[in-house]
Amino acid sequence: MLHLLIRRLAVAFLVCITVLTFAFALTRLSGDLAISIAGPSATAADIEVVRKAYGLDRPVVEQFFDWVGRAAVGDFGQSYFYKERVSKLIVDRLPVTMTLGLVGLGIALLVALPLGVVSALNEGRVIDRVISLVALLGQAMPSFWLGLILMVTLGLKLGWLPISGTGSWEHFVMPGIVLAFSAIPALMRLTRSGMIDAMNADYIRTARAKGLSRTSIVLKHAARNAAMPVVSIAAVQLGFMLGGSIVIETVFALHGVGFLAWESISKNDFPTVQAVVLMLAIIYTLLTLGADLLNALLDPRLRAQ
Amino acid sequence: MTALLEVADLHIGFGGLAAVRGASFTVNKGETHCLVGESGCGKSVTALAMMGLLPANAERRTAALRFDGQDIAGLSEREMSRLRGDRIAMIFQEPMTSLNPAYTVGSQMGEVYRRHRGGTRQAALDRAAELLERVRITSPGMRLGQFPHQLSGGLRQRVMIAMALMCEPELLIADEPTTALDVTVQAQILRLLADLQTELGLAILMITHDLGIVARTAHRVSVMYAGEIVETAPVFPLFAEPRHPYTRGLLSCVPVPGKVGRDEPLGSIRGTVPRIGPNFAGCAFRDRCDLARPDCSSPVVRHTLASEHSYLCQIAP
Repeated sequence: MLHLLIRRLAVAFLVCITVLTFAFALTRLSGDLAISIAGPSATAADIEVVRKAYGLDRPVVEQFFDWVGRAAVGDFGQSYFYKERVSKLIVDRLPVTMTLGLVGLGIALLVALPLGVVSALNEGRVIDRVISLVALLGQAMPSFWLGLILMVTLGLKLGWLPISGTGSWEHFVMPGIVLAFSAIPALMRLTRSGMIDAMNADYIRTARAKGLSRTSIVLKHAARNAAMPVVSIAAVQLGFMLGGSIVIETVFALHGVGFLAWESISKNDFPTVQAVVLMLAIIYTLLTLGADLLNALLDPRLRAQ
Repeated sequence: MTALLEVADLHIGFGGLAAVRGASFTVNKGETHCLVGESGCGKSVTALAMMGLLPANAERRTAALRFDGQDIAGLSEREMSRLRGDRIAMIFQEPMTSLNPAYTVGSQMGEVYRRHRGGTRQAALDRAAELLERVRITSPGMRLGQFPHQLSGGLRQRVMIAMALMCEPELLIADEPTTALDVTVQAQILRLLADLQTELGLAILMITHDLGIVARTAHRVSVMYAGEIVETAPVFPLFAEPRHPYTRGLLSCVPVPGKVGRDEPLGSIRGTVPRIGPNFAGCAFRDRCDLARPDCSSPVVRHTLASEHSYLCQIAP
């Protein structure tokens, strides 16, 4: 188990280093940063001043190691656009995105797991097909469209939920539903196929031969073996939700990390862009690491490796 | 001898295909009854039907299915599950996959006891340790905490047997219990089953394709072919005076030291088991039989000899 943990941590570290390099390289490749920071009306002299002031006249390698050295101790520099510490910008916005992601994943699991199990236990019957159809519709529906539909119905017509902002937990319900919608089909299908495989396994026949109750057979013996792929995908989905909630955060005016990323990209605020990309990469690798460890808890065979 | 399990005229079909056609047999208390035959002749399906574990697409009908005098054909799934694991237990061919990889030996053994007998976790674990010892597993305490992947195939099959015996069943259904094991382990498991039978008065319905196992374990033998029991007899008459051409064919496939010469070719049965459609009539073995005559395609009558020996053939003497 310890061996597994150390190996996975080493891999996670390497992934972060790679992402860090790419994040730096891509912002430099996007054009002359001094020109875009100085703005369209700047003279050649202004641009040179900007270049000096931001240290962009130094060799790229020097800039890179300077940035990595500071990032390693949590210093991501000053945002050009917000005129604030980048670390503070992120720390302020992270809770919004985290809450949104967890609410989204929670709703997705609450819907997808029971549907997947019911579908698997009724394989090939009408109820299985209906659930698959609903999942397909969910996959096909664009999230901004669903977001707007929910705002009009639940928010404006019925007045049940607030349509924008982050004042209370109720503000997270609608965007959570929209985020969940895109994750439900994959989770549901994996649960379904995992449960179908498990229910056909020899150990389920043994469990039935032991006279165990249906509940124990399905929830104890089959579900635990079907859970592993679902855990892995749930971690990836949560990663997508945290990093990819830009559209949802914009539609619902939630000022989270997604919104910050979108704004800093459009304003060419490259210290913020680099930091956001790096932070999302770290969260992502931590989530996969968490999923691996959770799976090792579920399956003793993984612990032995 | 009192009958523990009585089956009369059992039919099992999958869609239009018949898997078992009118099988009747009896397992007496404390005895081993072997169902023998090649793959695809309906042995395993018969065993699953006894347990009420047939797949959902199977159709079963039977004139009588009695366990200890009680008709169990009409029992609901819930009532059947009270019997399974308690009074009727089953072990399977694949010890490698028949245990759940995610739970410890102790937890899997304990749950069957708690399901049927209740009691605390500790009581169930104590009982499990006792049975592991009974199936000659050393350091049972350690084994209880292990997972299936940490055990060898032979150990896993011992665990399966111990688990099947947790509630002291009267009938053990063993579906090819040693097929997946190597020969030395196979011998140990068979000896263990025989010992347990004497100690506990266990009746065993043993499914096998191996006549060597039949010779070592059986009191009674039923030879199955294409879903029918073509010959049934106590073990000695069956080996001494096999009547049905299929039984004789099977016996001629086995080398007997001193009886079969070194250079003599072993017997074989040509062809394979036919699929039996809805309008099939006559002897199912006729296409593979050297003695077949034109009238073999008309319905066959069962011949009964003395000493509970009967067979399904009109040509055999």
